[in-house]
Amino acid sequence: MNGALANLGYRLKSMLRRPRFDLPLAGALLLLALVGLATQYSASDLDVDQAIAQGLRLLLGTVLMIVISRIPPSTLRNWTPWLFAGSVLLLILVTLLGEGRGANRWLDLRVVRFQPSELLKLTMPMMVAWTLNLRPLPPSWSTLGLVSVLIAVPAFLIAEQPDLGTALLVAASGLFAVYLAGIAWWRIGLVVVSAASVMPVAWHFMHEYQRNRVRTLLDPESDPLGLGWHIIQSKIAVGSGGLWGKGWHNGTQSRLEFLPEHTTDFIFSVFAEEWGLIGVLLLLLLYAFIIGRSLWIASNAKDTYSRLLAGAISMAFFVYVLVNGGMISGILPVVGVPLPLVSYGGTSAVSLLAGFGVLMSIHAQRRRVAT
Amino acid sequence: MKTRTIRDTRQESAVFVRRAIVGFLLILVALCVLASRFWFLQVVKHRELQSRSDENRILTRPLAPARGLIYDRNGVLLAENIAAFRLEVVPEQVQDMESLLADLKLTIGISEDDLDRFRSLVKSKRSYQSIPLRLKLSEEEIARFAVSRWRFRGVDVVPYLTRFYPRGKKLGHLVGYVGRIDAADAERLDASRYAGTTHVGKTGIERSYEELLHGEPGYELVEVNADRRPLRVLERVAPKPGRNLYLTVDVRIQEAGELAFADRPGASVAIDPRNGEVLAMISVPSFDPNLFVNGISQTDYNALLNSPDKPLLDRALRGSYVPGSTIKPFVAAAGLELGLRKPSDTVMSTGEFFIPGQQRGYRDVRAGGHGRVDLVQSLAQSVNTYYYALALELGIDRFSSYMARFGFGKPTGIDLEGEGSGVLPSKEWKQGRFGKPWYPGETVISGIGQGFWVVTPVQLASAVATISVGGVAHRPRLLHATQQGIGDAPEPVAESQAQPAIFRDPANWNAIREGMIAVVNGPTGTARTMGIGFPYVIAGKSGTAERYSRTTEAWQHISQVAIERHQVLFEAFTPAEAPRISVIVALEAGRGGGRDAAPVARKMLDAWLIGEGQVPSTAQSGVDPP
Repeated sequence: MNGALANLGYRLKSMLRRPRFDLPLAGALLLLALVGLATQYSASDLDVDQAIAQGLRLLLGTVLMIVISRIPPSTLRNWTPWLFAGSVLLLILVTLLGEGRGANRWLDLRVVRFQPSELLKLTMPMMVAWTLNLRPLPPSWSTLGLVSVLIAVPAFLIAEQPDLGTALLVAASGLFAVYLAGIAWWRIGLVVVSAASVMPVAWHFMHEYQRNRVRTLLDPESDPLGLGWHIIQSKIAVGSGGLWGKGWHNGTQSRLEFLPEHTTDFIFSVFAEEWGLIGVLLLLLLYAFIIGRSLWIASNAKDTYSRLLAGAISMAFFVYVLVNGGMISGILPVVGVPLPLVSYGGTSAVSLLAGFGVLMSIHAQRRRVAT
Repeated sequence: MKTRTIRDTRQESAVFVRRAIVGFLLILVALCVLASRFWFLQVVKHRELQSRSDENRILTRPLAPARGLIYDRNGVLLAENIAAFRLEVVPEQVQDMESLLADLKLTIGISEDDLDRFRSLVKSKRSYQSIPLRLKLSEEEIARFAVSRWRFRGVDVVPYLTRFYPRGKKLGHLVGYVGRIDAADAERLDASRYAGTTHVGKTGIERSYEELLHGEPGYELVEVNADRRPLRVLERVAPKPGRNLYLTVDVRIQEAGELAFADRPGASVAIDPRNGEVLAMISVPSFDPNLFVNGISQTDYNALLNSPDKPLLDRALRGSYVPGSTIKPFVAAAGLELGLRKPSDTVMSTGEFFIPGQQRGYRDVRAGGHGRVDLVQSLAQSVNTYYYALALELGIDRFSSYMARFGFGKPTGIDLEGEGSGVLPSKEWKQGRFGKPWYPGETVISGIGQGFWVVTPVQLASAVATISVGGVAHRPRLLHATQQGIGDAPEPVAESQAQPAIFRDPANWNAIREGMIAVVNGPTGTARTMGIGFPYVIAGKSGTAERYSRTTEAWQHISQVAIERHQVLFEAFTPAEAPRISVIVALEAGRGGGRDAAPVARKMLDAWLIGEGQVPSTAQSGVDPP
């Protein structure tokens, strides 16, 4: 028992001593986390407790990232079906007996309360990559059919919770793996066209509050104090920031509580108000760098499974930025998608950093010879 | 088929790289779209959204200016702003409002009116705003509240400024009062100037000089949060207080007159004939304007409204009085100036006057007549026959147009709102009013100020002031000077433009003045005791008119008594040769103008003497007139 503990201790030490990290990516993530903390601190009106809480979550995520980065991709590949099956099982469980504010997302395991849907953000691309890796690429119709089922079932369960934002992210991470596997462009076109044609059907199955969000997006001023309030106040916050911003902790929209959810989903508005267009462009540049660097790591992966997994994680990361940025600037409907590593909240930070752990692991096992 | 069965890892890798590059480019395009959206909001729409952000957080709070003070001509305070205390409640700090109100009601007493007003305010204001519950707390009430303050969370005693009239009912009508702005006021007032103001002038000087008294409001820019709760003051522009007013009125004359009225209903106006400055303006009975400032109670208001003497009616400004003999000097002026009489012409008074060819007689005051009288005697003894004949000779058209030159039949234009215009009888007026032709008998009685004649006290006073200086009219006015701040020098108001003299021949005026002097100083004068002991020569004229009002049953009964049958008036000016004050007194009941109204006028002239540096004669009793 003691020996096992000592062994674990030794392994942790060696992990920390020789991080097989991609330093540019790790540096960019650290910078992002710091920007996030600073914005948090300002948006919470200098609430030290909240900043510390978020810092601890980021720390937990970092530890998880380090641990995962030490697991070889081949091991991950072997675990993939079991992890996926387990997370889908939890998802079904939460659908049956979950709890949460208005939406059945949370699973209370006594020790920790978490959302099983977060697990799928990782296990979904793993499963799709694993499936595609079984057969030669580009995938055949039968493979695609199987993959479609793998993507659609969990996404549907999550959307029913209802959590459209996470469903979107989970589905996107699976679809990106298919895209990167080299599915023919005409097939992509076919999917897009058929997706567009089922839009009215989707509208029919959407919850009333989701429909209202879309309606509000189209005309926020029709209900300025109700549904339109979020979008209007967010646009005011962003626009009043101007080119250079109002300065750190000078954002009146968030400080005076005109902006709702200003530490979570609408933290980007606070950032835009306080740092202006210049700050926004620099932040988008940082995100672009992280996505680009992640895709570069994916390109250098040793095998197809690693490549598809890393690529899907990288591109899914982009969806967060686009959906959140589009929401707070009023070009996409209000969907509960956080700004990655900046919004307040534990589960998304931890699951994101776990994803980057996978990337680091793949990076560590990259091809030595580039051709 | 080959590619389907045999894995080409190199090919797969190449496909991946191509797809990753295309994917990354698409991501960059999407990020550029997002960036351009931010550029649109933060650069193109910046100005608009910046102002919307400011509208969100900045609230403009109006600051009401302090109202100007009102003084009399010598600096005696007539209206001021005093610190008072009111009880205010912050609803969000109160757990059980109803039990708190019940408790407060027991502790200091709160009326149902107050409770109703408070409840409607609670509904219209935000819960963190302090709402007044009781105004004008007495010291005892404050003490009682302070002792059990611990029980009243969210309740506080707050100081505020309220209008106070230290002279109370003595100048109630003249100074007027302020009251809470009501719906009618709100419609008439400039909303931006009155945003923070709660009270506005309702009557009297407070109303007519509202513009000067109000001042210019300031404002405060306050930062508020999403609940509209104020957090801090960003900018403050102080309000500019209203101007202080110095009235032409001398409270000593005013109060002496009011005292002399001894609660008998009537009115009096004193004017400096040299410039039209009103020295006193009395309406009896009066009311306490302080009652109205913070909302008069229904009981008090009903008492004022239902009192038979109508204390709310400003008799000096719009009371209606039959002038009677007081207009004889003006009729005489018409006769002399239009060449129908010479001062020495005499008329035989037999006690009754007949229109040639008619049966009905018009009586003199003294049975059997006054004998043969000239102009001076006609005034001194108030001989009706002299004026019956003169009016008939003038004819109603000439008569009316000449009287109009003294301002009868139209408002004087005094600086108060709601002035009455009286009635100057004429053919046109009667045709318009009753649709009937004019009869010569009506001309006859018009000659002695009876019939359709109605004057307002201020109108008669203005006419007397005009004739006393040989027919030079000044518009009567109440504002003497204005002052920006307490320390600043008062700035006199420009004097009104004098009209050209009405008398073409000074000899005519001299003759009339002789007659008016004889009224007070002659052995046969109708007010021959009035001038005793006065250092200057007083000229005057009495008037005793049949009452025409009060036609109720009760009145018919009382009217048997002579004192109740007449309206009595007196007009006077002094010093007779160069008048500095003219005064008229009207009483709604009395035996005769000389007996009842003249003594009131004398008291006022005595008070005027103090201002002239003279000791009033009442202090040196027993001294004979010079």
